[in-house]
Amino acid sequence: MRNRHNLAVVLSAVVLVGCAALILSQGVNAAGEGKITGTVKLDGPAPHMKGIDMSKDPYCSKAHASDPAHYETYVAGANGGLANVVLYIDGWTGAAQASNAVLVFDQRNCMYTPHVLAMDTGESFKVQTSDQTAHNIHPNPNPMTGNIPWNQSQPPGSPPVEKSWKATEFIPVKCNIHPWMNGWFAVVKGPYATSDENGNFTINNVPPGNYTVTAWHEAAGTQTQKVTVAAGAAASANFTFKAK
Amino acid sequence: MRTRLEKWSLLLSAAAVFVLPTVSSAQLSTSDIDTRLGTESHVGNITGHAKDAKGDYRRYCVGCHGPLGDGNGENAPYMQPPMYQQPRDFQLGIFKCRSTPTGTLPTDQDLYDAITRGFDRSNMPQWNTLSKQQRADLVAWVKHFSPRWVGEKPGTPIPIPPEPEVTAERIKAGRDVFARMQCWKCHGVQGMANGPSASTLQDDLGRPIAAFNFTDGTRPKCGDTDQDIYRIFMTGLDGTPMPSFADNIKPDEAWDLVFYLRTFMSQKSKEKEMAKQLALKPVDPNAPAGQQ
Repeated sequence: MRNRHNLAVVLSAVVLVGCAALILSQGVNAAGEGKITGTVKLDGPAPHMKGIDMSKDPYCSKAHASDPAHYETYVAGANGGLANVVLYIDGWTGAAQASNAVLVFDQRNCMYTPHVLAMDTGESFKVQTSDQTAHNIHPNPNPMTGNIPWNQSQPPGSPPVEKSWKATEFIPVKCNIHPWMNGWFAVVKGPYATSDENGNFTINNVPPGNYTVTAWHEAAGTQTQKVTVAAGAAASANFTFKAK
Repeated sequence: MRTRLEKWSLLLSAAAVFVLPTVSSAQLSTSDIDTRLGTESHVGNITGHAKDAKGDYRRYCVGCHGPLGDGNGENAPYMQPPMYQQPRDFQLGIFKCRSTPTGTLPTDQDLYDAITRGFDRSNMPQWNTLSKQQRADLVAWVKHFSPRWVGEKPGTPIPIPPEPEVTAERIKAGRDVFARMQCWKCHGVQGMANGPSASTLQDDLGRPIAAFNFTDGTRPKCGDTDQDIYRIFMTGLDGTPMPSFADNIKPDEAWDLVFYLRTFMSQKSKEKEMAKQLALKPVDPNAPAGQQ
C-alpha cells in the first residue's frame, strides 16, 4: 500500500519536472530565436508568360472569362520582386519544425493556389478542390528519394487529401485532365519561407548561429548566401535572379 | 555515288532513331541490385527465390526489360507510345496493376497475376506457360531490382465486397457515378477514349499515353473480370494519368459503375442488353452537377 503511494508521488513529481522543463526550454527558444528576412528580385523585365487556352473545359474558361489565365513560371511584382521562391536553410540539422497552420494546396479556377507549396519533411498538407470540374492530383517525385508518387481523383465535392513527404525534393505536381495545371511541392528540412508577390520573405524560428540560406526557383535555379543570425534579431538576405 | 554530307546525315538520322526513343531512367548499378539477390516472394503456398529466376529472366524477359530491369532492353526502342507502352522500369517499383492503394507497393500476388495474364495492347505476352514456381521466382526477381521492397511493405489490398445482382436501377445509378466522377473527360461519354482531355495525356515519364477505349473489343490491361474493373478505378493505375477513386466512390456505387462500364464494351453482356432496353443516352457533359 505504502509502496504504491510512494510510486504515485515519484511519478507525479517526474511529470511535473518534465512539464516545467519543456515550458522553460520553449520559453528560452522563443526569446533566443532569430529570423532571416529579405527580398528576392528579378533582374530585368519579367519574361512574358503565355496565356492559357482553357477552352477544352468550359468551366475553367468561364472562371477566367474576365481575367485570362497565364502560366506562373515567373510571377514578378511591380517592384521587380520575384514570387514563389522557396527559402530554406541548407544542411539543417535542428529539430523538425512545429507545424504552423495546416498547409493547403487548393485547386481553384483550374489553377493551383499556391503555385509552390513549401513544407518540412514529414509535415502534413491538405490538397483540396474549390472547383466544379473534376481534377486529378498527381505529384511525380523520384521514387529513389523515398518519396512515392500517387494519383488521386478530385471530382467536385471531393474530401481533401491529406499527405506528407518523407524526403527533401522539389516535386512537380500536375493534373492530367487539365495539362496546363502544374505546381510544386517544395519539401525541405527545417525552417522555410516562400517569397510573396513583392519578393518579400521571412524565415521564422531560426536559432542563433551561422547558416547558408538557399533560394530555389522552379526555372531560375538556386542561389545560396551565408548569414549570421543573432539571438532574437533579424538577419537579412537578399537575392537577385536572372530569368532563364 | 553519295556525297560525304549525305552519308553523314543518313548515319546521323539512323543513330537518332535508335537513341531518341530511349527514356533512360536507370539509376542503379548491377552491384547495388545484386545485394538484393536473396529477395523472396510468397504466392499462395509457393515461395519464390530471386536467384532461381536468373536463367528464365535472361531467356524470356531481358530483351525488353533489360539486364538492369529498367525497361531499356534492346527491343524497348521499338515499342512506341501511345499504341505500345514501353516496358516497366522495375527499379522505380511503380506498377499499374495492383490490388493496393495508389502510392503503395503491389502484393506478390499482383505481380504474379500480371506475369500470368500479360498485358493486352502491349508486347507483354501471357507467361502462363511457365510453371507456378518459375513465375513465383520471377516475381522475386522483379522485386529485387527495386530498393523499395527492402524498407517498405505492400499496401493493404482495397476490399472488394461480393458482387450484387445487376439491375436496371444499378446501371442507371452507375451512369450517374460516371457523370459525377467525370470519367468522360478522358474516356469520352460513350467510352470511346475521345474525351476533351484524351489527346494530351502523358505517363509519369512524359510519354504520350491513350485512355482506355471500352468499345474496341480489347480488354483492360489489368484484367477483364468485374472484380478487375472494380479494382482498376479504385486503386488507380500508378505511373499513368488514371487516378484512384477510392476516396470518392463508395463500394456499392463502385459496383454500379462496373455495370455501367460493361454497357460500353463490345462483348455481349447482361448489362448491354439492359442498357438497350432502357434506351440509356450518353451522359451530357454540359449538364449541371447532379442533373443528368
